[in-house]
Amino acid sequence: MAATSALTVSVVAADKEVWSGQASIVIAKTTEGEIGILPGHEPMLALLAQGEIEVRITPLEGPKVSVNADNGFLSVENNNVAIVAALAELAN
Amino acid sequence: MGAQLRVYRQKIRSAQTTKKITRAMELISASRIQKAQARVAAATPYSRAITRAVSAVATYSNVAHTLTTEPEKVERAAVVIFASDRGLAGAFSSNVLREAERLAELLRSEGKDVVYFLVGRKANAYFNFRRRVAERAWTGGTDAPVFEVAKEIADAVVEQFLKPAADGGVDEIHIVFNRFVNMVSQVPEVVRLLPLEVVEGVDVPGENDTLPLYEFEPEAEAVLDALLPVYIESRIWNAMLQSAASEHASRQRAMKSASDNADKLIREYTRLANNARQSEITQQIAEIVGGADALAG
Repeated sequence: MAATSALTVSVVAADKEVWSGQASIVIAKTTEGEIGILPGHEPMLALLAQGEIEVRITPLEGPKVSVNADNGFLSVENNNVAIVAALAELAN
Repeated sequence: MGAQLRVYRQKIRSAQTTKKITRAMELISASRIQKAQARVAAATPYSRAITRAVSAVATYSNVAHTLTTEPEKVERAAVVIFASDRGLAGAFSSNVLREAERLAELLRSEGKDVVYFLVGRKANAYFNFRRRVAERAWTGGTDAPVFEVAKEIADAVVEQFLKPAADGGVDEIHIVFNRFVNMVSQVPEVVRLLPLEVVEGVDVPGENDTLPLYEFEPEAEAVLDALLPVYIESRIWNAMLQSAASEHASRQRAMKSASDNADKLIREYTRLANNARQSEITQQIAEIVGGADALAG
Protein backbone atom coordinates (compact mmCIF):
# COMPACT_ATOMS: atom_id res chain seq x y z
CA MET A 1 0.00 0.00 0.00
CA ALA A 2 1.36 3.35 -0.93
CA ALA A 3 2.39 5.24 2.14
CA THR A 4 2.48 8.58 0.43
CA SER A 5 -1.12 9.60 0.83
CA ALA A 6 -2.58 11.16 3.94
CA LEU A 7 -4.82 9.67 6.56
CA THR A 8 -8.47 10.48 6.51
CA VAL A 9 -9.34 10.84 10.14
CA SER A 10 -12.69 11.11 11.77
CA VAL A 11 -13.32 11.36 15.47
CA VAL A 12 -16.87 10.40 16.27
CA ALA A 13 -18.76 10.66 19.53
CA ALA A 14 -22.11 9.04 20.13
CA ASP A 15 -24.04 12.17 19.38
CA LYS A 16 -21.81 14.12 17.04
CA GLU A 17 -18.82 14.10 14.77
CA VAL A 18 -16.08 15.80 16.75
CA TRP A 19 -13.40 16.30 14.13
CA SER A 20 -12.67 15.08 10.66
CA GLY A 21 -10.08 15.84 8.07
CA GLN A 22 -6.77 14.88 6.53
CA ALA A 23 -3.86 14.18 8.79
CA SER A 24 -0.28 12.97 8.61
CA ILE A 25 -0.10 11.20 11.95
CA VAL A 26 -2.46 10.12 14.70
CA ILE A 27 -1.21 9.21 18.16
CA ALA A 28 -3.49 7.43 20.62
CA LYS A 29 -3.20 5.26 23.68
CA THR A 30 -4.61 1.76 23.45
CA THR A 31 -4.85 -0.86 26.16
CA GLU A 32 -1.44 -2.09 25.01
CA GLY A 33 0.24 1.29 25.05
CA GLU A 34 0.82 4.33 22.89
CA ILE A 35 0.40 3.85 19.19
CA GLY A 36 1.26 6.14 16.34
CA ILE A 37 -0.48 5.67 13.01
CA LEU A 38 1.07 6.85 9.79
CA PRO A 39 -0.39 6.58 6.30
CA GLY A 40 -0.17 2.99 5.02
CA HIS A 41 -0.74 1.42 8.42
CA GLU A 42 -2.12 -2.10 8.34
CA PRO A 43 -5.84 -2.47 9.07
CA MET A 44 -6.44 -2.77 12.75
CA LEU A 45 -9.01 -2.52 15.46
CA ALA A 46 -7.89 -1.53 18.92
CA LEU A 47 -9.47 -0.64 22.20
CA LEU A 48 -8.46 2.69 23.63
CA ALA A 49 -7.10 2.65 27.15
CA GLN A 50 -9.52 2.95 30.05
CA GLY A 51 -10.53 6.37 31.25
CA GLU A 52 -10.32 9.63 29.43
CA ILE A 53 -7.35 9.63 27.11
CA GLU A 54 -5.87 12.10 24.73
CA VAL A 55 -5.67 11.50 21.01
CA ARG A 56 -3.26 13.76 19.18
CA ILE A 57 -3.76 14.43 15.53
CA THR A 58 -1.39 16.32 13.28
CA PRO A 59 -3.42 17.60 10.36
CA LEU A 60 -1.86 18.32 6.98
CA GLU A 61 -2.66 21.97 7.49
CA GLY A 62 -3.09 24.01 10.59
CA PRO A 63 -2.16 23.41 14.19
CA LYS A 64 -2.23 20.07 15.99
CA VAL A 65 -5.57 18.84 17.22
CA SER A 66 -6.04 17.20 20.56
CA VAL A 67 -9.15 15.23 21.40
CA ASN A 68 -10.21 13.79 24.73
CA ALA A 69 -11.93 10.47 24.28
CA ASP A 70 -13.47 8.16 26.83
CA ASN A 71 -14.61 4.58 26.40
CA GLY A 72 -13.74 4.18 22.77
CA PHE A 73 -11.89 2.28 20.13
CA LEU A 74 -9.74 2.95 17.14
CA SER A 75 -10.09 1.46 13.72
CA VAL A 76 -7.72 1.77 10.80
CA GLU A 77 -8.39 0.55 7.32
CA ASN A 78 -7.18 1.75 3.99
CA ASN A 79 -5.84 5.01 5.39
CA ASN A 80 -9.14 5.76 7.04
CA VAL A 81 -8.77 6.22 10.75
CA ALA A 82 -11.86 6.24 12.90
CA ILE A 83 -11.73 7.07 16.57
CA VAL A 84 -15.08 6.14 17.96
CA ALA A 85 -15.92 6.92 21.55
CA ALA A 86 -19.08 7.25 23.58
CA LEU A 87 -17.82 10.57 24.86
CA ALA A 88 -15.33 12.64 22.93
CA GLU A 89 -14.58 16.30 22.65
CA LEU A 90 -11.89 18.64 21.47
CA ALA A 91 -9.46 19.60 24.18
CA ASN A 92 -9.51 23.37 24.83
CA MET B 1 -81.56 34.28 18.96
CA GLY B 2 -82.95 30.96 17.87
CA ALA B 3 -81.93 27.81 19.68
CA GLN B 4 -80.65 26.21 16.49
CA LEU B 5 -78.49 29.18 15.63
CA ARG B 6 -76.98 29.21 19.12
CA VAL B 7 -76.05 25.55 18.87
CA TYR B 8 -74.29 26.09 15.56
CA ARG B 9 -72.37 29.08 16.90
CA GLN B 10 -71.24 27.01 19.87
CA LYS B 11 -69.97 24.29 17.57
CA ILE B 12 -68.10 26.79 15.44
CA ARG B 13 -66.41 28.27 18.49
CA SER B 14 -65.47 24.83 19.76
CA ALA B 15 -63.95 23.87 16.41
CA GLN B 16 -62.05 27.16 16.33
CA THR B 17 -60.45 26.63 19.74
CA THR B 18 -59.56 23.04 18.88
CA LYS B 19 -58.02 24.26 15.67
CA LYS B 20 -55.85 26.75 17.56
CA ILE B 21 -54.43 23.90 19.63
CA THR B 22 -53.87 21.50 16.76
CA ARG B 23 -52.34 24.24 14.63
CA ALA B 24 -49.93 25.14 17.43
CA MET B 25 -48.96 21.48 17.90
CA GLU B 26 -48.47 21.12 14.17
CA LEU B 27 -46.11 24.09 14.07
CA ILE B 28 -44.18 22.93 17.13
CA SER B 29 -43.69 19.45 15.69
CA ALA B 30 -42.71 20.87 12.32
CA SER B 31 -40.01 22.97 13.94
CA ARG B 32 -38.73 20.04 15.98
CA ILE B 33 -38.49 17.57 13.10
CA GLN B 34 -35.54 19.46 11.66
CA LYS B 35 -33.64 19.19 14.90
CA ALA B 36 -34.53 15.54 15.43
CA GLN B 37 -33.44 14.76 11.88
CA ALA B 38 -30.17 16.56 12.43
CA ARG B 39 -29.56 14.46 15.54
CA VAL B 40 -30.19 11.27 13.57
CA ALA B 41 -27.73 12.46 10.96
CA ALA B 42 -25.18 13.40 13.62
CA ALA B 43 -25.35 9.99 15.28
CA THR B 44 -25.08 8.08 12.02
CA PRO B 45 -21.26 8.20 11.66
CA TYR B 46 -20.92 6.61 15.11
CA SER B 47 -23.26 3.74 14.49
CA ARG B 48 -21.83 3.25 11.01
CA ALA B 49 -18.27 3.10 12.34
CA ILE B 50 -19.28 0.65 15.03
CA THR B 51 -21.31 -1.53 12.71
CA ARG B 52 -18.40 -1.61 10.30
CA ALA B 53 -16.02 -2.61 13.06
CA VAL B 54 -18.37 -5.28 14.40
CA SER B 55 -18.85 -6.80 10.99
CA ALA B 56 -15.07 -6.81 10.55
CA VAL B 57 -14.63 -8.75 13.77
CA ALA B 58 -17.40 -11.15 12.92
CA THR B 59 -16.24 -11.67 9.35
CA TYR B 60 -12.50 -11.85 9.80
CA SER B 61 -12.02 -13.77 12.98
CA ASN B 62 -13.04 -17.19 14.17
CA VAL B 63 -13.62 -16.23 17.75
CA ALA B 64 -16.33 -18.27 19.38
CA HIS B 65 -17.80 -15.58 21.55
CA THR B 66 -20.98 -15.82 23.59
CA LEU B 67 -22.25 -12.72 21.90
CA THR B 68 -21.77 -13.85 18.32
CA THR B 69 -22.56 -17.53 18.38
CA GLU B 70 -26.16 -18.52 18.07
CA PRO B 71 -27.34 -20.62 21.01
CA GLU B 72 -28.71 -24.03 20.12
CA LYS B 73 -31.90 -23.55 22.03
CA VAL B 74 -33.44 -20.17 22.64
CA GLU B 75 -35.65 -20.17 25.70
CA ARG B 76 -36.29 -16.51 26.13
CA ALA B 77 -36.14 -13.48 23.91
CA ALA B 78 -36.11 -9.83 24.89
CA VAL B 79 -38.15 -7.33 22.91
CA VAL B 80 -37.45 -3.64 23.34
CA ILE B 81 -40.38 -1.48 22.22
CA PHE B 82 -39.90 2.19 21.40
CA ALA B 83 -43.22 4.03 21.61
CA SER B 84 -43.96 7.65 22.52
CA ASP B 85 -44.77 9.46 25.75
CA ARG B 86 -47.67 11.44 24.38
CA GLY B 87 -50.51 10.68 22.07
CA LEU B 88 -51.96 12.85 19.29
CA ALA B 89 -49.39 11.46 16.91
CA GLY B 90 -51.63 9.43 14.66
CA ALA B 91 -50.91 5.72 14.61
CA PHE B 92 -47.33 6.20 15.80
CA SER B 93 -47.50 4.17 19.00
CA SER B 94 -50.15 1.72 17.90
CA ASN B 95 -48.15 0.85 14.77
CA VAL B 96 -45.07 -0.04 16.76
CA LEU B 97 -47.10 -1.93 19.38
CA ARG B 98 -48.88 -3.91 16.70
CA GLU B 99 -45.57 -4.81 15.13
CA ALA B 100 -44.26 -5.86 18.54
CA GLU B 101 -47.31 -8.07 19.11
CA ARG B 102 -46.73 -9.73 15.78
CA LEU B 103 -43.09 -10.36 16.66
CA ALA B 104 -44.04 -11.72 20.09
CA GLU B 105 -46.51 -14.10 18.51
CA LEU B 106 -43.87 -15.31 16.09
CA LEU B 107 -41.37 -15.83 18.91
CA ARG B 108 -43.93 -17.70 21.00
CA SER B 109 -44.80 -19.95 18.09
CA GLU B 110 -41.09 -20.87 18.02
CA GLY B 111 -41.38 -21.86 21.66
CA LYS B 112 -39.63 -18.83 23.11
CA ASP B 113 -40.75 -16.83 26.11
CA VAL B 114 -40.92 -13.12 25.51
CA VAL B 115 -39.54 -10.56 27.95
CA TYR B 116 -40.51 -6.95 27.31
CA PHE B 117 -38.55 -3.76 27.78
CA LEU B 118 -40.67 -0.69 27.21
CA VAL B 119 -39.70 2.83 26.27
CA GLY B 120 -42.35 5.55 26.37
CA ARG B 121 -45.47 6.08 28.45
CA LYS B 122 -47.80 4.86 25.70
CA ALA B 123 -46.18 1.43 25.65
CA ASN B 124 -46.41 1.35 29.41
CA ALA B 125 -50.09 2.28 29.41
CA TYR B 126 -50.79 -0.38 26.80
CA PHE B 127 -49.22 -3.03 29.03
CA ASN B 128 -50.82 -1.79 32.24
CA PHE B 129 -54.25 -1.76 30.69
CA ARG B 130 -53.85 -5.39 29.68
CA ARG B 131 -52.33 -6.24 33.04
CA ARG B 132 -49.22 -7.53 31.39
CA VAL B 133 -45.85 -7.39 33.02
CA ALA B 134 -42.79 -5.83 31.47
CA GLU B 135 -39.29 -6.51 32.68
CA ARG B 136 -38.39 -2.84 32.76
CA ALA B 137 -39.85 0.39 31.49
CA TRP B 138 -38.48 3.85 30.80
CA THR B 139 -40.72 6.85 30.44
CA GLY B 140 -40.18 10.50 29.63
CA GLY B 141 -38.11 12.16 26.95
CA THR B 142 -39.07 10.09 23.93
CA ASP B 143 -39.40 13.27 21.87
CA ALA B 144 -35.90 14.46 22.80
CA PRO B 145 -33.86 11.41 23.85
CA VAL B 146 -30.66 11.69 25.84
CA PHE B 147 -27.74 9.31 25.48
CA GLU B 148 -27.68 8.38 29.17
CA VAL B 149 -31.06 6.68 28.83
CA ALA B 150 -29.87 4.73 25.80
CA LYS B 151 -26.90 3.58 27.84
CA GLU B 152 -29.17 2.55 30.70
CA ILE B 153 -31.40 0.55 28.38
CA ALA B 154 -28.41 -1.08 26.71
CA ASP B 155 -26.89 -2.00 30.06
CA ALA B 156 -30.13 -3.55 31.28
CA VAL B 157 -30.58 -5.53 28.08
CA VAL B 158 -26.99 -6.74 27.88
CA GLU B 159 -27.12 -7.74 31.54
CA GLN B 160 -30.16 -9.90 30.83
CA PHE B 161 -28.38 -11.33 27.85
CA LEU B 162 -25.29 -12.31 29.80
CA LYS B 163 -27.31 -14.05 32.50
CA PRO B 164 -27.65 -17.80 32.00
CA ALA B 165 -31.05 -18.85 30.70
CA ALA B 166 -31.70 -20.84 33.87
CA ASP B 167 -31.61 -17.61 35.91
CA GLY B 168 -34.07 -15.86 33.66
CA GLY B 169 -31.56 -14.55 31.15
CA VAL B 170 -32.48 -13.98 27.52
CA ASP B 171 -30.82 -15.46 24.46
CA GLU B 172 -32.05 -13.02 21.87
CA ILE B 173 -32.57 -9.27 21.74
CA HIS B 174 -34.99 -7.65 19.35
CA ILE B 175 -35.90 -4.00 19.01
CA VAL B 176 -39.08 -2.57 17.53
CA PHE B 177 -39.12 1.09 16.55
CA ASN B 178 -40.40 3.51 13.93
CA ARG B 179 -37.77 4.16 11.30
CA PHE B 180 -37.79 7.69 9.94
CA VAL B 181 -37.83 7.31 6.17
CA ASN B 182 -38.94 10.83 5.28
CA MET B 183 -41.46 13.43 6.37
CA VAL B 184 -44.45 11.44 5.18
CA SER B 185 -43.28 7.91 5.79
CA GLN B 186 -42.27 6.28 9.05
CA VAL B 187 -42.13 2.52 9.04
CA PRO B 188 -42.28 0.33 12.12
CA GLU B 189 -39.24 -1.92 11.99
CA VAL B 190 -38.06 -5.01 13.83
CA VAL B 191 -34.32 -5.59 14.17
CA ARG B 192 -32.60 -8.48 15.88
CA LEU B 193 -29.61 -7.07 17.73
CA LEU B 194 -28.28 -10.25 19.28
CA PRO B 195 -27.17 -12.78 18.24
CA LEU B 196 -25.60 -10.54 15.64
CA GLU B 197 -27.27 -10.11 12.34
CA VAL B 198 -24.37 -8.40 10.75
CA VAL B 199 -26.01 -8.12 7.38
CA GLU B 200 -27.86 -4.95 8.12
CA GLY B 201 -29.46 -2.30 5.90
CA VAL B 202 -27.48 0.74 4.90
CA ASP B 203 -24.61 0.08 7.25
CA VAL B 204 -23.28 -2.85 5.27
CA PRO B 205 -20.27 -2.06 3.10
CA GLY B 206 -21.10 -2.34 -0.60
CA GLU B 207 -20.03 -5.17 -2.86
CA ASN B 208 -16.94 -3.37 -4.14
CA ASP B 209 -16.08 -2.29 -0.62
CA THR B 210 -13.83 -5.12 0.45
CA LEU B 211 -13.36 -5.44 4.17
CA PRO B 212 -9.69 -5.67 5.05
CA LEU B 213 -8.04 -8.33 7.19
CA TYR B 214 -7.90 -6.86 10.64
CA GLU B 215 -5.25 -6.78 13.28
CA PHE B 216 -6.70 -6.78 16.78
CA GLU B 217 -5.31 -5.16 19.84
CA PRO B 218 -5.34 -6.71 22.44
CA GLU B 219 -7.04 -9.97 21.21
CA ALA B 220 -10.10 -10.37 19.09
CA GLU B 221 -12.00 -11.73 22.05
CA ALA B 222 -11.21 -8.79 24.31
CA VAL B 223 -12.10 -6.39 21.55
CA LEU B 224 -15.38 -8.22 21.08
CA ASP B 225 -16.13 -8.12 24.79
CA ALA B 226 -15.76 -4.38 24.79
CA LEU B 227 -17.27 -3.72 21.40
CA LEU B 228 -20.56 -5.55 21.61
CA PRO B 229 -22.14 -3.62 24.47
CA VAL B 230 -21.08 -0.46 22.64
CA TYR B 231 -22.67 -1.80 19.50
CA ILE B 232 -25.94 -2.48 21.32
CA GLU B 233 -25.78 0.95 22.87
CA SER B 234 -25.34 2.66 19.54
CA ARG B 235 -28.15 0.68 17.92
CA ILE B 236 -30.52 1.52 20.76
CA TRP B 237 -29.48 5.16 20.65
CA ASN B 238 -30.07 5.19 16.93
CA ALA B 239 -33.49 3.60 17.38
CA MET B 240 -34.41 6.24 19.97
CA LEU B 241 -33.41 9.08 17.68
CA GLN B 242 -35.21 7.58 14.70
CA SER B 243 -38.23 7.06 16.87
CA ALA B 244 -38.15 10.68 18.09
CA ALA B 245 -37.91 12.04 14.56
CA SER B 246 -40.75 9.76 13.48
CA GLU B 247 -42.85 10.86 16.43
CA HIS B 248 -42.55 14.51 15.46
CA ALA B 249 -43.25 13.81 11.80
CA SER B 250 -46.18 11.63 12.70
CA ARG B 251 -47.60 14.23 15.10
CA GLN B 252 -47.15 16.98 12.58
CA ARG B 253 -49.12 15.02 10.00
CA ALA B 254 -51.83 14.05 12.46
CA MET B 255 -52.22 17.63 13.66
CA LYS B 256 -52.25 18.97 10.14
CA SER B 257 -55.15 16.76 9.22
CA ALA B 258 -56.89 17.68 12.48
CA SER B 259 -56.53 21.38 11.64
CA ASP B 260 -57.79 20.79 8.12
CA ASN B 261 -60.70 18.88 9.51
CA ALA B 262 -61.48 21.71 11.93
CA ASP B 263 -61.46 24.12 8.97
CA LYS B 264 -63.92 21.92 7.18
CA LEU B 265 -66.20 21.72 10.22
CA ILE B 266 -66.10 25.48 10.70
CA ARG B 267 -67.05 26.01 7.06
CA GLU B 268 -69.93 23.57 7.25
CA TYR B 269 -71.30 24.93 10.50
CA THR B 270 -71.01 28.49 9.23
CA ARG B 271 -73.21 27.53 6.25
CA LEU B 272 -75.73 25.89 8.56
CA ALA B 273 -75.66 28.85 10.94
CA ASN B 274 -76.26 31.27 8.04
CA ASN B 275 -79.15 29.11 6.94
CA ALA B 276 -80.63 29.06 10.42
CA ARG B 277 -80.26 32.84 10.76
CA GLN B 278 -81.87 33.44 7.39
CA SER B 279 -84.80 31.18 8.14
CA GLU B 280 -85.22 32.90 11.49
CA ILE B 281 -85.37 36.30 9.76
CA THR B 282 -87.77 34.94 7.17
CA GLN B 283 -89.99 33.63 9.92
CA GLN B 284 -89.91 36.94 11.77
CA ILE B 285 -90.85 38.83 8.61
CA ALA B 286 -93.67 36.39 8.00
CA GLU B 287 -94.87 36.91 11.53
CA ILE B 288 -94.75 40.70 11.25
CA VAL B 289 -96.46 40.65 7.88
CA GLY B 290 -99.06 38.24 9.25
CA GLY B 291 -99.58 40.46 12.31
CA ALA B 292 -99.89 43.65 10.19
CA ASP B 293 -102.36 41.91 7.88
CA ALA B 294 -104.45 40.81 10.86
CA LEU B 295 -104.49 44.40 12.27
CA ALA B 296 -105.28 45.93 8.85
CA GLY B 297 -108.04 43.43 8.32
